[in-house]
Amino acid sequence: MSGLIKSSIARKVVMALSGLFLVSFLVIHVTINLASVISPDFFNEASHFMGYNVLVQYIMQPILIAGVIVHFVMGFVLEIQNRNARGVGYVQYKGSANAPWVSRNMIYSGLVILAFLGLHFYDFWIHEMTYKYIEVSPENPTRYYAETVEKFAPLWRTIIYVISFVLLSLHLWHGFSSSLQSMGVNNKYTPALKTFTKLFAVVVPLAFAFIALYHHLNPITH
Amino acid sequence: MKLTLKIWRQKDASSKGQMVDYTLDGVEGDMSFLEMLDILNEELISKGEEPVEFDHDCREGICGTCSLQINGEPHGPDRLITTCQLHMRKFNDGDTIVIEPFRAKAFPVIKDLIVDRNAFERIQQAGGYISVNTSGNTVDANAIPIDKHAADAAMDAATCIGCGACVAACKNASAMLFTSAKVSQFALLPQGQVEAADRVQNMVRQMDLEGFGNCTNTGACEIECPKGISLENIARMNREYLSASVKG
Amino acid sequence: MGILDSKTPSGPLADKWTKHKNDIDLVNPANKRNIDIIVVGTGLAGGAAAATLAELGYNVKTFCYQDSPRRAHSIAAQGGINAAKNYQGDGDSHYRLFYDTIKGGDYRSREANVYRLAEESVNIIDQCVAQGVPFAREYGGLLDNRSFGGVLVSRTFYAKGQTGQQLLLGAYAAMNRQINRGKIQAYNRHEMMDLVLVDGKARGIIARDLVSGEIQRHSAHAVVLATGGYGNVFFLSTNAMGSNVTAAWRAHRKGAFFANPCYTQIHPTCIPVSGEHQSKLTLMSESLRNDGRIWVPKRKEDAVAIREGKLKPTQLGEEERDYYLERRYPAFGNLVPRDVASRAAKERCDAGFGVNKTGEAVYLDFAAAIQRYGKEKALTSGIKDPDKETIIKLGEEVIEAKYGNLFQMYEKIVDENPYKTPMMIYPAVHYTMGGLWVDYNLQTTIEGCYCAGEANFSDHGANRLGASALMQGLADGYFVLPYTIGDYLSDDIRTGPIPTDSPEFDAVEKEVRDRMEKLMSGTGIHSVDYYHKKLGKIMWNKCGMSRNEKDLKEAIKEISELRKDFWENVKIPGEAGSKNQELEKAGRVADFMELGELFAKDALHRNESCGGHFREEYQTEEGEALRDDKNFKYVAAWEFKGEPKDAELHKEDLVYENIELKTRSYK
Repeated sequence: MSGLIKSSIARKVVMALSGLFLVSFLVIHVTINLASVISPDFFNEASHFMGYNVLVQYIMQPILIAGVIVHFVMGFVLEIQNRNARGVGYVQYKGSANAPWVSRNMIYSGLVILAFLGLHFYDFWIHEMTYKYIEVSPENPTRYYAETVEKFAPLWRTIIYVISFVLLSLHLWHGFSSSLQSMGVNNKYTPALKTFTKLFAVVVPLAFAFIALYHHLNPITH
Repeated sequence: MKLTLKIWRQKDASSKGQMVDYTLDGVEGDMSFLEMLDILNEELISKGEEPVEFDHDCREGICGTCSLQINGEPHGPDRLITTCQLHMRKFNDGDTIVIEPFRAKAFPVIKDLIVDRNAFERIQQAGGYISVNTSGNTVDANAIPIDKHAADAAMDAATCIGCGACVAACKNASAMLFTSAKVSQFALLPQGQVEAADRVQNMVRQMDLEGFGNCTNTGACEIECPKGISLENIARMNREYLSASVKG
Repeated sequence: MGILDSKTPSGPLADKWTKHKNDIDLVNPANKRNIDIIVVGTGLAGGAAAATLAELGYNVKTFCYQDSPRRAHSIAAQGGINAAKNYQGDGDSHYRLFYDTIKGGDYRSREANVYRLAEESVNIIDQCVAQGVPFAREYGGLLDNRSFGGVLVSRTFYAKGQTGQQLLLGAYAAMNRQINRGKIQAYNRHEMMDLVLVDGKARGIIARDLVSGEIQRHSAHAVVLATGGYGNVFFLSTNAMGSNVTAAWRAHRKGAFFANPCYTQIHPTCIPVSGEHQSKLTLMSESLRNDGRIWVPKRKEDAVAIREGKLKPTQLGEEERDYYLERRYPAFGNLVPRDVASRAAKERCDAGFGVNKTGEAVYLDFAAAIQRYGKEKALTSGIKDPDKETIIKLGEEVIEAKYGNLFQMYEKIVDENPYKTPMMIYPAVHYTMGGLWVDYNLQTTIEGCYCAGEANFSDHGANRLGASALMQGLADGYFVLPYTIGDYLSDDIRTGPIPTDSPEFDAVEKEVRDRMEKLMSGTGIHSVDYYHKKLGKIMWNKCGMSRNEKDLKEAIKEISELRKDFWENVKIPGEAGSKNQELEKAGRVADFMELGELFAKDALHRNESCGGHFREEYQTEEGEALRDDKNFKYVAAWEFKGEPKDAELHKEDLVYENIELKTRSYK
């Protein structure tokens, strides 16, 4: 591992692989979330499965958390190294002339997403952990939908979520296709793949934002 | 036209530098950027001041000696050219032009606008060659047919002039495009494939040792490269490096 | 034979080189480790020699003024490299390449050297392909060839329009391999200031570290000079700004004879001068003449109108244009050798038919080629009855594929679209055939001092054919010098390291320091460039494309006066003990000031016209060069005697045993 981290290309690959892994997680996440809009029952079932399946809880969840940590720790390491590599800075540096804003500001979109993850963990994961392991409450396969919708009741939270999804979109806009380049994928299919990654970068965060707004605008009325 | 020039002046590697303002009149559109600096220097010499030192040699865009960060971009605002091929018709009367050396920790300033690019030399020395004797006792040049597309792609990579614009443009001061151009050229040719794994590992190791930054695929290098070296070469180097690592 | 012994081996022409290699002494591998060699200049010849010498086992130190060997001006050669491979099956052979080179050189080169060059040419291609040089290929995967001016076969190998770059990077890579092995120590940004002789043998150099200003001593058992040509004596040339004659001239002052300095190649297809600010000229590959037609207006009024911007070249019909090369040389047309094409352009411009604002430009027109290719492409693409626009569009695509980078370069510099308006071109100084005199082993008249590539005088006679400079540089560097030098070094296996604390090194270092101090002490107001430009003007106007006795005599006087003024008055700011580009330039210009005078003296003494040397007094009624084989079939090698004007002439008679001397004709 230390040998791997020593090489700049290996560091890129670690960023790319962890990033691609997180992208694949987004696919699962957005699919289940969409269910909350279409079929609350299916949403409950899927959520319950994810929350109590041994494989998901004890294997996949730690891997996911590790993936997030690796991605952002490596992101910081790279950022610090990259800033040091310039030495004396330019008086005038026209980054906009040759590279898009998103590609030059991954650290900022990433930091916003990281901050959002803090809130998101507090909102859902801490809540789940408390429910299951601290309060040791009984299994309830029908509680998830209502809990989710309730979270989006306050306007401030919905706004924070939507803003974060915009930043997620920007992060993916560069990050997804960039991870393919880092893995050495650049061939005649690249233009098509690039289009796909850009579509993905727009559609998935848009879906998340839609779900958040939908639940905010359609509270459960008792 | 009349210009205001803001130029980085630095006596030597150990001195602290600063931007100094100059005004220059009588600049014509047909002049190259370096000819404009020649005129400034003639003026400075006639006033008994030290001329601005800058690297240049062939003045036809192929030797890779000239550099300069002009208004925040390596080799200035035009594309697919070096500073010596930039003409003053790209600027307007009354413009202010900011001229700085290429900046990277691995490219320390020697004097004024001249930087030390020996880091590039050491990367090439680490493996930028095919280990064949120069004695001439080799196979006939046509003994190994090479696919024209592969040969053309190798040629495209091989056009790198080693000027350092990729490093200067990159927000991370990464030398991936430079290193990958040589790795790619040889990886594409049957003659180069024999020692491809060692080559990519040695060259990347040296590149990292020199203190260049990490590539984050912003693509600035490709846009600013005077020879239009493609990002495909970086992807190819990544592949070569991964497969070399897997093979051990 | 006199003082000049060419050491040409005896025997039949085709066997000389092989026989020589079998006869000369070798140094055994263990002893090579005890021998040091200095190589000054790291272009094709120097880089290739350094790599091969290091590979053979010698300890090599290389010196170049650039920040990397990869930047040597060999890199700017565009067109290609000749080799008698006969891959096209068009009847090429060692003999034919040899013959073309001798004829192209107007019968002023040494037969044995040229034949060896033709023999080694085929090895170069094999070598470079093995090194990963990406030459252009056909769809079948085999190497492609193109044809070049002055010959009737296709033998030129190329890598886009950047052949010199690719070959240089090949030699550079070979050097890097040896640097990595510790066999080459590369001193970049170092300039050779003088040569050190011990007991009459070249044993080292004094160098200046251009970054720190430090003066250094370096010793070796032999010194190789591969420092390129001296075209910058004209100030404006296609050479790099830093290209200089200093190393060769310093050796000349120490006893190396300088041969044929007046043989200069003026390249016909360069971008014309645009104004006083011009610092250098840009060449466009001669390959353009394969498809471009060269012309000026037939009527002087039209030329005047064009110069004044009142008329556009496209407004002139076919019958109003003078395709003067096709008119004068029907057999070769636009593909006549460089010297012929250049002089013809000058002749038309001097007669008042020049077409840009300075009156010094002719047109190179691709309209006919665009039409021809367009129709051909339409046919092969199955387009029946194509309209005008389609033909032009298709034709332009073909031209772009062939010359795109050159057209782009032209447009960047001139700001005109050469697909729509004919290009303007004018001849410019490009290559110098003269240089240090060397024998068959490439040794100068100083023992242990060798000279390779453009810096020596050897293979091109009075005029060089296109795509032959790269061939000579690499042949000298890879395949000739590394072996012939062994013959000399075999006596040095017991010498041991050469000390640098000897009185000889002391003396030369003092000379170097005194000279720099003198340069720094100038009290006038003018910069180095001011003097260099003045020198260039004298050279171009009086020793340029055509020369006469009166002008040459004036040039000698003017240069000598200018040199005196320079030494007293040149103004160099800054100090000698640190990075100082003005001081670097001053040292080089000081040597050009001496060389320029010898150049004129050589041109004045050569009462004939041959190759790149055209004397107005010696021409036929039709204005063609008139050679005088009876009196001038020799190499003029000049010995330094204190002042350039006092140089003493030594003649190496040229013996033609295999070729019959003829008048060159391209009609």
